[in-house]
Amino acid sequence: MRSSLRLLFLLLALLVSRPAQAQEIRVAAAADLKFALDELGSHYEKQTGRKIDVSYGSSGNFLAQIQNGAPFDLFLSADIEYPRKLEAAGLIEPGTLYEYALGRIVIWMPSDTRIELAKVGWKALLDPSIQKISIGNPEHAPYGRAAVAALHSAGIYEQVRAKLVYGENVAQAAQFVASGNAQAGILALSLAISPAMREGKRWEVPANMYPPIEQAAVILKNTKDKGAARGFLTFLKSAEARKILESYGFSVPPPGKTGAQAQ
Amino acid sequence: MNIEALLLSIRLALCVSAILFLIGVPLAYWLAYSRWRGKFLLEAVVALPLVLPPTVLGFYMLLAMGPHGALGKLWYAAFGHGLAFTFEGLVIASVLYSLPFAVQPLVASFETVDRKLLDASAVLGAGSMRTFSRIILPLSVPGIITALVLSFAHTLGEFGVVLMVGGNLPGVTRTVSIDIYDRAQSLDYSGASRTALLLLVISFLVLSAVYGVNRRAGRRAWASWPLR
Repeated sequence: MRSSLRLLFLLLALLVSRPAQAQEIRVAAAADLKFALDELGSHYEKQTGRKIDVSYGSSGNFLAQIQNGAPFDLFLSADIEYPRKLEAAGLIEPGTLYEYALGRIVIWMPSDTRIELAKVGWKALLDPSIQKISIGNPEHAPYGRAAVAALHSAGIYEQVRAKLVYGENVAQAAQFVASGNAQAGILALSLAISPAMREGKRWEVPANMYPPIEQAAVILKNTKDKGAARGFLTFLKSAEARKILESYGFSVPPPGKTGAQAQ
Repeated sequence: MNIEALLLSIRLALCVSAILFLIGVPLAYWLAYSRWRGKFLLEAVVALPLVLPPTVLGFYMLLAMGPHGALGKLWYAAFGHGLAFTFEGLVIASVLYSLPFAVQPLVASFETVDRKLLDASAVLGAGSMRTFSRIILPLSVPGIITALVLSFAHTLGEFGVVLMVGGNLPGVTRTVSIDIYDRAQSLDYSGASRTALLLLVISFLVLSAVYGVNRRAGRRAWASWPLR
């Protein structure tokens, strides 16, 4: 009896403990970064041997978690407002706020649509075959806010309003249209060019039709390894990282300029 | 506080409890009395929503409701539009999601009816329908109330499935739990906690009511549920 108890404890101890590793850099990142950051992480690991451990999720959730002591080193937000809130609350390393990219939005439709999206642009959304248009929830998803602003600029918001359905974030909005439940979506370009959605039709919304979707990174106050976190932030500013971000559907501001506006 | 979302959730929960009662009673009857050897398979299927993450259930529902899914094709043919992002879609998804909460208390309750009474009823010439309506059903009232209340309460607090197939349309699919989540996401913590508190109070009242009724009835046929 006693020995079986001991065995049980041993097994539990094995399950609970994690094998010792070189400390990973823990990053909380917005969902639209999924593919770009995987690539950035593997480049960084090749260069420095340090691993990036990324949690993807909604920026609003991360904000609440960080305010309550979540153990992240860096926070890569889809909206600069969230890092600014953390800055105001004294929860970031001073002076580390860096705007690494601007998000871009596209209208996306499955490849089997008969609508010639590239030719008609906005008018595609008014087509009677479009019953539902999925966007991120404009109440808290930055890409959803940009989508609504762009619909207003195009002057068709009132016409399509009844067709809009809201994903919890832009990735779920993508899932609604990729699964065929919605016939069109206004999504992040970074998701539209991901492997699962590359085949679909897309039309990029001109950047002057919506306020810039400023993506910003910060180092958090309760980082365990300030040096390593700074190292990764410096890498984010490098020409190599900027090229990767661009190839994954982000616009990258000219070097040395943070808080830059979209042209 | 969002009254529209709360009323929508209550409407959804009422529809789902009613449908689950109509489906659940015959299904539970069969599960309680059938001697089919493969019965355990169906019992496992009914219990699946207890252990499956709601997001998994919701993801399957989203695919099933789409233009390539079986349910979606049927719905398109009948109504000319999809099933996702509609109230009807939520009802169907929630019926699946709350199925074990209706069926299991009913089965537990039917199984505790004394077999001697059923035999006596048969000897006296009653058919199985008559035995069911005159003996089994009246003796299972506490179990039926439990089934109704649990399906209502479980649907009222549903989140994951609605998040996956709802599309967050005010008055159509923005239920109270989605509303709370949205507010927390938009950092409106005081709004979120007011609505959450109301939901907590309603849930507590509903559950106290069912425990009170069962106490008065003096029978706890479902007491072993869900560990049966």
